[in-house]
Amino acid sequence: MSARKSVRQQLRLLPVVPSVLLLLFFLAAPVLWSFHASFTNAALTGRNARNPAWTGVDNYARLLTDSAFPASVVLTVVFVVASAILGQNLLGLLIAGLMTRARKPVSAVVGTAVVAAWVLPEIVAAFAAYAYFSKDGTLNQLLAGAGWAGADWLYAFPMVAVVLANIWRGTAFSMLVYRAALADVPQDIAEAALMDGASGGQRLVFITLPLIRSSIATNLMLVTLQTLAVFTLIWVMTTGGPSNASTTLPVLAYQEAFKFGDIGYGTAIASVLIVLGLVFGIAYVRLLKGDNR
Amino acid sequence: MHRPARLLVALLSAAVLLATSACSPEQPAAENRTLKIVYQKTDSFTALDTLFKDAKKDFEAANQGTTVELQPIEANDDDYGTKLALALRSAETAPDVLYEDTFKVRSDVDAGYLLKLDSYLEKWDDWKTYNEAVKAAGTGDDGSIYAVPLGTDTRGIWYNKKVLQKAGIAVPWQPRTWDEILDAARKMKAADPSVVPFNMYAGKASGEGTVMQSFYELLYGTDSELYDQQEKKWVVGSQGFTDSLAFLKTLYDEKLAVTPAEALDANVWKKVFGEWLPQGKMGAVVEGSYSPSFWQKGGSYEWAGYAEDMGVAKFPTQRGQEPGGVSMSGGWTLAVGADSKNPDQAFQFLATALNKKNSLAFTVASSQIAVRSDVAAEPDYLAANPFVKDVSKLVSVTHYRPATADYPRISAAVQVATEAVITGTLSPQEAAEQYDKTIRDQVGDAKVLQK
Repeated sequence: MSARKSVRQQLRLLPVVPSVLLLLFFLAAPVLWSFHASFTNAALTGRNARNPAWTGVDNYARLLTDSAFPASVVLTVVFVVASAILGQNLLGLLIAGLMTRARKPVSAVVGTAVVAAWVLPEIVAAFAAYAYFSKDGTLNQLLAGAGWAGADWLYAFPMVAVVLANIWRGTAFSMLVYRAALADVPQDIAEAALMDGASGGQRLVFITLPLIRSSIATNLMLVTLQTLAVFTLIWVMTTGGPSNASTTLPVLAYQEAFKFGDIGYGTAIASVLIVLGLVFGIAYVRLLKGDNR
Repeated sequence: MHRPARLLVALLSAAVLLATSACSPEQPAAENRTLKIVYQKTDSFTALDTLFKDAKKDFEAANQGTTVELQPIEANDDDYGTKLALALRSAETAPDVLYEDTFKVRSDVDAGYLLKLDSYLEKWDDWKTYNEAVKAAGTGDDGSIYAVPLGTDTRGIWYNKKVLQKAGIAVPWQPRTWDEILDAARKMKAADPSVVPFNMYAGKASGEGTVMQSFYELLYGTDSELYDQQEKKWVVGSQGFTDSLAFLKTLYDEKLAVTPAEALDANVWKKVFGEWLPQGKMGAVVEGSYSPSFWQKGGSYEWAGYAEDMGVAKFPTQRGQEPGGVSMSGGWTLAVGADSKNPDQAFQFLATALNKKNSLAFTVASSQIAVRSDVAAEPDYLAANPFVKDVSKLVSVTHYRPATADYPRISAAVQVATEAVITGTLSPQEAAEQYDKTIRDQVGDAKVLQK
């Protein structure tokens, strides 16, 4: 490689410098800071507030003996699997599939209704969901109108309520991804399959799904990471209660760091959340890799 | 790594280093000083906002060239504490004067957030008018004073006379034991099944309200305690703790209090003050001396008839043992930030905000119990609401929270225990055992005393 060429190559990298700088400064640095804090006894107040000491893996050791932690990991996985992987993902695919066949006005109305929940700011969507599920809320009034006695959903079935709320809020994203993917499926292949006498189900399993496989993996990755980080929705609807019955990892981390002022312990929980995100992420990347045949 | 990439990384690291070192703070100019005042304001609590606006006017008129910058934080007590702590963490964002809950004083002194005020208070004549017992609220572990109390409060039983009379209970009512409370509550339930006879808060949603306005009234009326002051250790395994949980369980199981679901709503207190008591749907509740501030003219839940309809009783001890009653006191203080660049001015402002005129106005507006003897003697204060005398009497049987740095965790563990009991998740015995385990985990065996 001649010297001039390498200088030119380096100059070509110049335009990305600002964005890489911003990424490092606003994303990597806080993540690293938080990871570092999880090995200290940093606190909001008290003796360790301004001069935290290095405590090694103490915080992580404490996680293992904390009764709230395993339950919280399970709830987080349940929340992600039920509301993102099954709920948003499958419902989004179903709506997108139906919309490709529906008449224009029908699909426009459905699309608007679904997207409406998604464009709301999270706090507004959270309060709407709270108003819907709360004891004197919309759902119970509808049920009462139909002659059924409602329940206090947020108290009796907090996880079901937040899962449904998150499906309602996030399905639009999956729907949009799948609409775009389905629109790219070549018509002639589907027609050829039809000629060969493939049923609708067979066409879906053997033609459509393999063709949109990379969209599925991408979508799963995005909705999983979004759902792992959901905090506002749960905080507003149930505050993680009753008795921690809907305390996912972000809620637990917030409580430890800001309610009890234990920044070190809170960031340790947040680090576990990052690891959980990595586990899901790696699984999806594997799924994508199979594409490069 | 490719050569160009390596170069890029080197470039970037250098840039980041440069960027971070260039962010050093600028010194403020001396001639136009600014004092930053941080305090809490909510839609139902504006008395403090008024106090500081008045103090700002007085202070700026007397001190040309100094600007007072008021920074109200609109949040509930918990979130206010969090936001304040975040602001205090760095010297750049720390306020000069701050509004501080008494139970955070000690841990914030430990953290080095608060300025020692002894030398200032010596020169401040008004300090002599402060009640000795209340001065302790602003004292750090070293015996120095770090915060000046704004007012204090007590807690008792607030009952609706009409509901009690309907059930054939004579007013004024004064239960002597826990059982007498249950008897009265059962009578009210029998007379009118639609009323909530006797409410005591429980669960995490009510936060500090659950311990201050419910659990501690029970626990401090038993022969056990939460914290051993001599040993400086937290008490576990006490009979009184289990008994107190059992009392709450009885109250909730027999539907003498609100439903568990209502209790776990953070806004339940608003319904207590705004709907249930005024509408005669609740017989009694354990609440603070500040209750009239919600009902009097200009309060969030104006109720002209409260003076007629409501009464106050002492919360009894478990079996009527001495001293015959229990109350809890908290209250808030003003403190000066340790990083204040103008500490003298900051204290001057604090003194202006707490002078007799401002103290009196604030004490009356927020239904506080006066901490200055000259304010306590003012006719305006004594006539502020019909219950001033009743709630001031409770000072004789009151307790303060053990305001150590790990107190918030203990409080949370108590709240969890009450929640587990009223929801039926655990029996009082199991919940007490879980509490003991949590405390041991949180503060370590060395700080725990088995009783």
